[in-house]
Amino acid sequence: MAALTPISRKPMSLVLPTVAAAGGFFGLFVGTANGSGPMGVLLGAALVTAMAVVYIHVLKNEPLAKWITIAVMAVIGFVLGGIALMIVGAAAGWFFQWFIHWLYEGRYRARLLPYLTPGQVLWHYGFRVICGAIFVFLITPILVVMPLSFNAEDFFTFTPEMLRLDPEGYSLKHYQDFFSNNEWQRSFKNSLIIAPIATFISVSLGTLAAIGLSQSHVPFRRAIMAILISPMIVPLIISATGMFFFYSDIGNWLEGALGLNKSFVGYIKVVLAHAVLGIPFVIITVTATLVGFDRSLTRAAANMGAGPVTTFFRVQMPLILPGVISGGLFAFITSFDEVVVVLFVGSAGQKTLPWQMFTGLREQISPTILAVATILVAISIALLATVEMLRRRSERLRGMSPT
Amino acid sequence: MKLTKLTALAATTALCAPMAFAEDMANEMTIVSWGGAYSKSQLKAYHEPYSEKTGVTILNDDSSAEAVAKLRAMNEAGNVTWDVVDVVAADAMRLCDEGLAMEIDADNQLAAAPDGTPASEDFGDLLVSECFIPQIVYSTTFGYRTDLVGDNAPTSVCAIFDTEAYPGKRSLEKRPINNMEWALICDGVAKDEVYEVLETSEGQDRALAKLNTIKDNVIWWSAGADTPQLLADGEVVMGSTYNGRLFSVIEEQKQPVAMLWDAQVFDLDGWIIPAGLSPERQARALDYIMFATDTQRLADQAKYISYGPARASSAPLVGQHAELGIDMAPHMPTDPENAKNTFLYNYEFWADYRDDIDAKFQAWLAK
Repeated sequence: MAALTPISRKPMSLVLPTVAAAGGFFGLFVGTANGSGPMGVLLGAALVTAMAVVYIHVLKNEPLAKWITIAVMAVIGFVLGGIALMIVGAAAGWFFQWFIHWLYEGRYRARLLPYLTPGQVLWHYGFRVICGAIFVFLITPILVVMPLSFNAEDFFTFTPEMLRLDPEGYSLKHYQDFFSNNEWQRSFKNSLIIAPIATFISVSLGTLAAIGLSQSHVPFRRAIMAILISPMIVPLIISATGMFFFYSDIGNWLEGALGLNKSFVGYIKVVLAHAVLGIPFVIITVTATLVGFDRSLTRAAANMGAGPVTTFFRVQMPLILPGVISGGLFAFITSFDEVVVVLFVGSAGQKTLPWQMFTGLREQISPTILAVATILVAISIALLATVEMLRRRSERLRGMSPT
Repeated sequence: MKLTKLTALAATTALCAPMAFAEDMANEMTIVSWGGAYSKSQLKAYHEPYSEKTGVTILNDDSSAEAVAKLRAMNEAGNVTWDVVDVVAADAMRLCDEGLAMEIDADNQLAAAPDGTPASEDFGDLLVSECFIPQIVYSTTFGYRTDLVGDNAPTSVCAIFDTEAYPGKRSLEKRPINNMEWALICDGVAKDEVYEVLETSEGQDRALAKLNTIKDNVIWWSAGADTPQLLADGEVVMGSTYNGRLFSVIEEQKQPVAMLWDAQVFDLDGWIIPAGLSPERQARALDYIMFATDTQRLADQAKYISYGPARASSAPLVGQHAELGIDMAPHMPTDPENAKNTFLYNYEFWADYRDDIDAKFQAWLAK
């Protein structure tokens, strides 16, 4: 994009307070991490202000200022804390010299419309900063877990070796523990058994319910819908308590009257409980896709002699499939992530991965949890990427362009 | 009809998979314990040899912390899924009083010592309840960061109240038990008068007032693993936890932490068998208990964690750590060097006063 507005250098009365504020904000984090927030704010503001004064009055040469800053900051970082801090220092140095010049030269104005007021310019950038901050706060907790999972020690701590990027500080032993420890393997297997079956039941029942509830002649549609959605709205702990007693009775009957195996009954109970939790998601997504479904297609199919079942599978199902699949994904994730209900309804034989992670966190704080979390994040990303790719492919095949 | 076929296939797989999976699960029992290093020591010393001997698969459920509540709920629902439960002595007494645990006849249902001493004599005073089969003696005590206290290593439990000499946070368990006793001892109450003072409302207020002096410096823990993590992070300068956890931090994880054994509080931990199991499950649970609490097995557990075996006859058999090869005896809470100043936890007192003092303590915490 070409420059829209001619730019000019800005007065120091604008530049200095702004860069000082930015430096203070950055200093707040560094200072808090090292024991004193206010001290960090002061030092950060002072340092960045000094940088600005030196650039503008002494160096007056941008490329030179850039390389000097990066080099100096990198050296300071290296002296204070090794290679990791050297990288951080260089990055911070690069950022602040860029920010100061960007502001001083008035480049921030270049790509904006000439008639914007200063307030609108401020909001333009403020909005982007807020969005970026939200993104950072959402994603950092997930990212922090990943390096910690390679910790060579049995604690959730960034050790000095890790911060120096010393290979000694890293190890794969927590991954090894996950793949060799019976408890983790059993719970992983249980999750892989329970989640797909629960998803299958939720998707079948939820889709049928959504189709039924979208027919105009069904009485009490809203009331039925409200009841079916209720597991999503009622606090989980309450559902779980109720389910515990309800499924205990069912389980006792299955074992007593039908003579079924105890652990098999345990699986039935957990699967049913998870299916109940997953159904609302399927109903909501499928109902949403059904809104866009053209009813005359079913009549056309009937007109050509297709029975209701054939019509459903060959006409309606393919068209509402995106809704069914995303509902199924939600149901799967619900079951795969669920810890409260399974703690109540399941017994040790049905221990799922989240249950194992939960007890692990409470009783032993083992970084194996972080290793598992990292694996799960990778699986989730792969799963979502696959679904998205399949969606694009099918749209391409149907001659639609991806939106 | 690709879609229908796929659906049918998915349905069949979905329904058959757990059936096939359930086949090999008939001969299994669920043992409830505390998790972490402690469960691992039981796995090595009891579960693995027992599975090898009998072919029974043992499932671990780390729910001992909620054992009383869960057993009540299971009993009410008529569906007890646990076979053997590891609980502290006080919980065993409660469960026994409520009829949720079965009574054990020590001499007939537990193994005698190798020299023929009957189990009731071998366990001695530690058989504090008819339903309780003691397993270990453990203590709740303090660990401190050696690098944060400088040359001034604490020798007295009252260091936790001395924020001048030991600035920084300390971690204490989020319950009145032990904390109230330590507070009174450090407020000048003689050790043998602590429970007399704690009986009175003024005495309880006095203990809370003492705790109040460090309230801003306390991180409250509820799981045994919290203090080890906090110590390893250097977030606290000292903290209370079970001595076995500290052993693991110091000797196995090599963290800069040392033990402060002063005024350690002894407690017992052991097994109960839930009441109302089917005869076949009960027989298996009893068989397991007979195996797991014999003299050799109790001594074996001490190879993995520094808790003292509950049988007198096991003590001479305690040897070296299974992986580190260090002598375990000096790390036992009962070792004379460590037990110079110990504090005896009063079960009866806490059974009577726990609810009142708990309420007071929680109200104070929330203030």
